[in-house]
Amino acid sequence: MSKAETISLFDAGIIRRAALDSLAKLNPVTLARNPVIFVTEIVAALVTATGIGALFTHRPASFSITIAIWLWLTVIFATFAEAVAEGRGRARAESLRRARSDTMSKLLVDPRDRVIFKPTPAPDLRCGDVVLVEAGDLIPSDGEVIEGVASVNESAVTGESAPVVREAGGDRSAVTGGTHLVSDWLVVRITADAGSTFLDRMIALVEGAQRRKTPNEIALNILLAGLTIVFLIAVVTLVGFGQYSGTHFSIPVLAALLVCLIPTTIGGLLSAIGIAGMDRLVRFNVVATSGRAVEAAGDVDALLLDKTGTITFGNRMAAGFYPVPGVNERALAQACVMASLGDDTPEGRSILSFARDRYGISLATPNDAAIIPFSANTRMSGVDTGGKSYRKGAVDSVLAALGVAPDPAFTESIARIARAGSTPLAVTADGKLLGAIELKDIVKPGIKERFAALRAMGIRTVMVTGDNRITAAAIAAEAGVDDYIAEANPQNKLDYIRKVQSEGRLVAMCGDGTNDAPALAQADVGVAMQTGTQAAREAGNMVDLDSDPTKLIEIVEIGKQLLITRGALTTFSIANDIAKYFAILPAIFITTYPQLGALNIMRLNTPQSAILSAVIFNALIIVVLVPLALRGVKFRPIGAAALLKRNLLIYGLGGMITPFIGIKLIDMLLGLFHVFS
Amino acid sequence: MTIYGLFYIALVFALVLGAAFPLGRYIAAIFEGRVTWLRPLETGIYRLAGVDATRQMGWQSYAIALLLLSVIHFALLYAILRLQYYLPFNPLHIAGMSPRLAFNTAASFTTNTNWQAYTPEQQISNGAQMLGLCVHMFLSAAAGIAAAAAVMRAFTGRGLKTLGNFYADLTRITLYLLIPIALIAATLLVLAGSPQTFVQAVPLHTLQSGTQPLAIGPVALQEAIKELGTNGGGFFNANSAHPFENPNAWTNLLETWLILVIGFSMPIAFGHMVKDKAQGRTLMAAMAIILALGCVGAYAAEAAGNPQQIAAGVQASGNWEGKEVRFGIPASTTFNVSATGTSTGAVDSFTDSYTPLGGAIPMFLMQLGEVTPGGVGSGFYTIIVFALLSVFIAGLMVGRTPEYLGKKVQAKEIKLAMLAVLVLTALILCGASLSLMTKSGLGSLENAGPHGLSEMLYGWTSATENNGSAFAGLSANTPLLDYGLGTAMLFGRFAFMIPILAIAGSLASKPKLNEISGTFPTSGPLFTFLLIGVIIILGGLQFMPADTLGPIAEHFLLYAGKSF
Repeated sequence: MSKAETISLFDAGIIRRAALDSLAKLNPVTLARNPVIFVTEIVAALVTATGIGALFTHRPASFSITIAIWLWLTVIFATFAEAVAEGRGRARAESLRRARSDTMSKLLVDPRDRVIFKPTPAPDLRCGDVVLVEAGDLIPSDGEVIEGVASVNESAVTGESAPVVREAGGDRSAVTGGTHLVSDWLVVRITADAGSTFLDRMIALVEGAQRRKTPNEIALNILLAGLTIVFLIAVVTLVGFGQYSGTHFSIPVLAALLVCLIPTTIGGLLSAIGIAGMDRLVRFNVVATSGRAVEAAGDVDALLLDKTGTITFGNRMAAGFYPVPGVNERALAQACVMASLGDDTPEGRSILSFARDRYGISLATPNDAAIIPFSANTRMSGVDTGGKSYRKGAVDSVLAALGVAPDPAFTESIARIARAGSTPLAVTADGKLLGAIELKDIVKPGIKERFAALRAMGIRTVMVTGDNRITAAAIAAEAGVDDYIAEANPQNKLDYIRKVQSEGRLVAMCGDGTNDAPALAQADVGVAMQTGTQAAREAGNMVDLDSDPTKLIEIVEIGKQLLITRGALTTFSIANDIAKYFAILPAIFITTYPQLGALNIMRLNTPQSAILSAVIFNALIIVVLVPLALRGVKFRPIGAAALLKRNLLIYGLGGMITPFIGIKLIDMLLGLFHVFS
Repeated sequence: MTIYGLFYIALVFALVLGAAFPLGRYIAAIFEGRVTWLRPLETGIYRLAGVDATRQMGWQSYAIALLLLSVIHFALLYAILRLQYYLPFNPLHIAGMSPRLAFNTAASFTTNTNWQAYTPEQQISNGAQMLGLCVHMFLSAAAGIAAAAAVMRAFTGRGLKTLGNFYADLTRITLYLLIPIALIAATLLVLAGSPQTFVQAVPLHTLQSGTQPLAIGPVALQEAIKELGTNGGGFFNANSAHPFENPNAWTNLLETWLILVIGFSMPIAFGHMVKDKAQGRTLMAAMAIILALGCVGAYAAEAAGNPQQIAAGVQASGNWEGKEVRFGIPASTTFNVSATGTSTGAVDSFTDSYTPLGGAIPMFLMQLGEVTPGGVGSGFYTIIVFALLSVFIAGLMVGRTPEYLGKKVQAKEIKLAMLAVLVLTALILCGASLSLMTKSGLGSLENAGPHGLSEMLYGWTSATENNGSAFAGLSANTPLLDYGLGTAMLFGRFAFMIPILAIAGSLASKPKLNEISGTFPTSGPLFTFLLIGVIIILGGLQFMPADTLGPIAEHFLLYAGKSF
């Protein structure tokens, strides 16, 4: 399962399968979960019965049957939408399922003795069992390494093919069932029963099989059910009003009015939107343990981000050379290159590339260069070449080695570097101080803009770092975060989260270590890294398979997108009612009060054509909106007021106007083919 | 339509909205217990009643206290109406009411509806008017305002377990708000010629040199609280068209002002309570815009007149049928629209005689759920339901789970809100539809065709929404309508109010989230228009099919040359 794998919105295989599934989903027992579509199905059945009854009694039946067909299509389009969404998840689940192992495992009878084992089928393993896994074996289930060091290929789960090291103790002790041991051996204590492993949960989630409705979805369903009952009352009581007015309404006509008024559009697309939201997350290689977490992500208003790797590149990099008076910058740069030629650390390499890029200095190693490696004793490293010795090292060690007080200009440079949150190194040539190198935590390009965008949507960013306050403050200012936790440890992280939550905010964070577990559990959205410990993965409510902490921002956006899509289609669906009134009401009352024809502002051909057009529009709009439901309405970080204005205009006003156009067009088409006109 | 007419409407709005700002601030102070200028009297009442006014109540206790008071008052009023023959202040020896009429009337006045299936001059004594009806006009209004106070408190803090003390709220609202304003208004009415006396009738020498009794009584005070407390139960059958209730154009303006002023003050009070005045102004704006459209619409319809009468040359300047010349068309339509936009239901002209569209507007305002600005207190808590629904539907579109004033709107609140909306819809539509299918119901109609349908629909709407205004033309004192409408009033009041108190309880206990730039903005013009849209779509759309067969059909028929 790789991130690049995208499934086309209308993959032929998925569509074919979904078409079949959509028919299976017509079973009223399962459909009852969706009140709006359930009512539509009952009404469709009723109209069908009326039509068939009319056929047998030789009364005109074509109108009833046409309405019945379109009502059934409305139901089928709704189940189809859900089936397509599920189909996309299922395709992903297939690739996961292939990784699930049903092989034999080596159950250790005595965990201390890894010679005697009992071959046991993997599905029979229970929580607490201890197994031996050797090179070439599949790890039978989720577990924790209690003995041994080995490299494991986790590509089945993460898509990343480079093996990772797993070892007992520490933060790399968790192993996932279905992954592959490449070398050595491990003794693993099983931490999940068969059927509830990480892989099983992921499969169930992406398939949407065990999908529970999320809190917001439940609330929305109640609203839709309530609206359905309200309009049911409005339509049923019309029988009495009609009888008084001398109108007898036929069942197909009342059915058409009802189905057009109840919110079938959102009712039909609601579960597809939910499944698609999870799917978007999975495509992003993030697995949420519940839909609830995805919704909570949309609500998050404080993000705790690790400095290293998320905000900065993680390695300090050379950012400036500061010569002492009497030494020119280029000479210093030359000396720095010499002193770093043997330094293979990322910092050392960054000094070389900085000198080359900034000063155009050649990086060729002289033939006679003797590399003096870093020693814990001198805390310096360098190169001896051409009779000169170049050294660089921590400022205090270098000064101690020189034994003389430095030039005041040098002291000033060092202080300035420290104030900026950077780390200074001192450089010498033949025991003479040449100047300082500034090693800086480089903030990733573009991150400041992203934080600004987050701020626009009301989300505070908090940088978490083990650095001291001065360094932390300097980087925080440069990256544009709203706050920072310096000298972070598990306890002060947890305290910070509690404090922010008590202010009425929702917090998201990511972490990987066991000591992150309490904070992950406390956060409203805790994203555990796949490479993290079992404890961290249990505590969080999402797992990032790529172990990329920057994704937190995208996770929030996906959560918002899910909610926006629901709201937009609900608004659209309800706003549609106005036009449908103008189509249907004049049509059904016209025999009693021909004067009400004045309300037929769309000038629809005939009453029958008007009613049919509204029903057809009502059915087709579901199919038309399936791509939008699956793809989601795009989230734009432009602030709530602007976003609301925009979406109200598109889905509210658009929802009022669209059906006028759609119904009129359908009516014209029906007229063209002389259907009921 | 004339400039004068539009100016009159603008004047009413200016006077009402101008007063609502200081009054709303004062009401918030009452709710917060900061108004104390009658403290000795207030504490005396608590001591007398034996209540501990400092005990804080959860939503259940609050609702139970409110219900208990209503049940006791219902029983008391029922007894007074049945036994009025034996009670004092009944110089004309008016007989006790029949059980069903007494039930209907007791339900009507306990629920702040003031639907009058009886003829006041003939069927009720001055004593019963004063002790029974007038007292209820204060108490049912105060109870509604108290419920609104409880709902407001739900938004003021985080993790609240209580919503205040019902008895303290009731006492303070009556003492500091209703009685003072009613007394001042009653004095003004007396000055303008309204009677306030224990004499029930004076002999009137007619032109034919005969005498007939002319009913008078303690009219002015009842009139004042009738409008101020959005009650609407007139001392006389002719209601505010009667010259003793509403002597002249000035009192008509005063009464229109009284009808609207507390309703519009409530959202302002809310803004003060939640320390965000823009929130209150936003709700008020939504109320005012709908009402203003209604006032202008009804005025336009009446000023345009009846096309048939214009064609016949009997009508020149608008539809004057059923209107007092003392007031004129704009003042009459504004009064009636205000009385239906609030749950007052008083009339100074007869809606039955309005043009179809002129009559449809008052009915539609009631169907919207009485939020423009609605009954005292009830209008506020109803618009809160619509605000919650607006936030819930459209709030998702900003990408957060919906919240209103920092309180998350979740399944529980939506369930209760939809329950409340359902109760109203079901009572109105089922009641009217079923009545029209019965012989008894058809027998109550004075007119045929769509006009008859309007009469029945209007009756059930008015009762359910606790308005009490009558379209006239509906003979309501029948077993079906006495019991049916009485039940509709009780359910329309309490089956609506209790779910809302439950919502308040649920919201109160939730944490209050910080407002951030990603939060759905619930103040400002955008939310006002959204709220108006939701009120019309969720509150009104379900009535459109029935309305189409009633006033809308009648309108088109009228212009096609048919009338009823």
